[in-house]
Amino acid sequence: MNRDILLTNATTSPESGIRTEEMLLNVGPQHPSTHGVLRLVVKIDGETIKEATPVMGYLHRGTEKLAENLTYTQIIPYTDRMDYVSAMTNNYVLCHAVETMMGVEVPERAQFLRLIAMELNRVASHLVWWGTYLLDIGAMGPFLYAFRDRESILDLFNELCGARMTFNYMRIGGVKWDAPPGWIDKVKEFVQYMKKELNNYHKLVTGNEIFINRLRGIGKFDQKTALDYSLSGVMLRSTGVKWDLRKDEPYCIYDRFEFDVPTATEGDCLARYHLRMAEIEQSLRILEQALDQFPSEGEVMGKVPRVIRPPAGEAYVRIESPRGEIGCYIASTGKDKPWRLKFRRPSFHNLQILPKLLEGENIANMVAVLGSIDIVLGEVDC
Amino acid sequence: MSDLLQQTPSWGTALWFALAAVALLLVVLGFVTYAIYFERKVIGWMQLRIGPNRVGPLGLLQTVADVAKLLLKEDTRPQHADKALFTLAPILAYAPAFGVLAVMPFTDSIRFADLGIGLLYYIALSGITVLGVITAGWASNNKYSLIGGLRSAAQMISYEVPLVMSVVGVVLMTGSMNLRDIVLAQQDVWNIVPQFLGFAVFIVAAQAELNRTPFDLPEAESELVAGYHVEYSGFRFAMFMLAEYVYMFGMGALVTILFLGGWLPIHPSLSFIPGIVWFVLKFSLYVFFQFWVRATFPRLRVDQLMSFAWKVLLPLALLNILLTAVVISFQNGMFS
Repeated sequence: MNRDILLTNATTSPESGIRTEEMLLNVGPQHPSTHGVLRLVVKIDGETIKEATPVMGYLHRGTEKLAENLTYTQIIPYTDRMDYVSAMTNNYVLCHAVETMMGVEVPERAQFLRLIAMELNRVASHLVWWGTYLLDIGAMGPFLYAFRDRESILDLFNELCGARMTFNYMRIGGVKWDAPPGWIDKVKEFVQYMKKELNNYHKLVTGNEIFINRLRGIGKFDQKTALDYSLSGVMLRSTGVKWDLRKDEPYCIYDRFEFDVPTATEGDCLARYHLRMAEIEQSLRILEQALDQFPSEGEVMGKVPRVIRPPAGEAYVRIESPRGEIGCYIASTGKDKPWRLKFRRPSFHNLQILPKLLEGENIANMVAVLGSIDIVLGEVDC
Repeated sequence: MSDLLQQTPSWGTALWFALAAVALLLVVLGFVTYAIYFERKVIGWMQLRIGPNRVGPLGLLQTVADVAKLLLKEDTRPQHADKALFTLAPILAYAPAFGVLAVMPFTDSIRFADLGIGLLYYIALSGITVLGVITAGWASNNKYSLIGGLRSAAQMISYEVPLVMSVVGVVLMTGSMNLRDIVLAQQDVWNIVPQFLGFAVFIVAAQAELNRTPFDLPEAESELVAGYHVEYSGFRFAMFMLAEYVYMFGMGALVTILFLGGWLPIHPSLSFIPGIVWFVLKFSLYVFFQFWVRATFPRLRVDQLMSFAWKVLLPLALLNILLTAVVISFQNGMFS
């Protein structure tokens, strides 16, 4: 590790002659607000942050290297463990990359199931964010309300694929399981329930004076900075860039549904809060349409060869995960295992702006800024 | 009790005092035990949880088990801590919390010292606790607890000013700092009506004095892990926790006495119900309010906290003093 980050400057005040020193505060890897095992080495002067250095790698498992010795189907469970809060999108990005290389046709019903699973997962992921973010800000109640509603989604997933978080649901060419009887109606019921519940969330938190005052104007950056740091997702949209891959580079069957891409121009933590809440609304809107148009019957697996061997060459696909742009790059030599596999993880890229945002901030804002980036450490470290 | 105080000291009166003090201690400890239980239950219900329900019937012995665990734990002390101060800090925080209860008139007859300056005594003594907190933060030799200790000191000192100012209106109206006189002056109408502004400021400042949500910054677990008592465990930690809840008891009693008419009934026709029941009811209402707020609000930021005390609460409290003084002057015919 870079030893320089552990050095502090001592200075002597010219007026009083008192020797002062910056304080080095080690936040994490075990700390309630770092959302996992992120470590921040923070230099503080009083309560003002002079410098913050994120130290990553505590959850590194070498997914990309391991993938080189696995067949494509075997890699899918590994993607579950990257962004474990939104595993469906990870499943999809890998399958989508392989399908693109091989030119596999995915049946209609499977497309719908994939889309419904991904959007439900986006809602679940944003609920986790909402709950934990409020917990960071010091309110405990919302955390439990959010997890109650997320639990309903996890139950739905459990019925669909037998797992609550690490789904391993999608396959190259389709999905592993068809929806059980009555499942679609249950999802419909949940969507209606969630719409009502979202209003309660707004009543409890969004208008709260303390909450607004804590978030307005902090963690602010402009459009150019966001693009320079190659941010994506809500981090980018909060600065006014209307960029959502579901709209701009439609994949799956997103082009068939009507939805808006909410944007804001403030670029602060409050804007990001509002955007994520609006995204839950839009996801529910997509879900409503998709559930109505869900085909009553059909195959859930396309025609794929028994051994999956993408042709020699390379491919890069990208989709919109709840955290931003997740990409998958595959370099194949025509064998059943990838020669090189690379994931572009949005949490990792979004985290890079943290030192810049924290510089000069009050230490009390540290958790608010970190929380608004919405990182998942499994994805940062991969 | 006051009759006993008037008598010449003898072994007999000393024994009575000792017994009464132990009785009050038991009442307070009983309150702390069940306040913690109810806090966990009430917040549990508000947050879709069940709360403690395993130890004893309905979980009633949960706190007892928790305290027993804390008392039996090994007494650990960080190697680089300042030994003397580390030991002293919990005592400094804990002793005044019990001291303030001496002047509380729970009813007309159940009370201890009948001090002429009871209110001032409460405020002066409770101010000592901040020393315990800052000492704990410093002596632990831990960065988190140092920041937590300094935050607490800043917060408690800042909020003491509006807290004191907000009760000046009550003192002006009563013309006495004796807590019993203050209650008796509320026979016709409780102070919460004419002194509503003072009451509002007092409730907010009290919340900050007690370090409770939304002013629980000293223990902001999402930033400072646990604040000033991060290095404390076992019975020393229990002492900090006890001090915190005993202060809640003290503050609840103070609010009841100053603004809610103490042991007086809502209406004179209801005076057949004993005063202590009224006192406990009003007091419980305040304590419930505390739990309710905790389940609802997020936490303020430290800089906003300070500006709120000095720029909002203090001017409001001063305005309240001015208004009260003007009204009283009119009533006394000073301007005619």
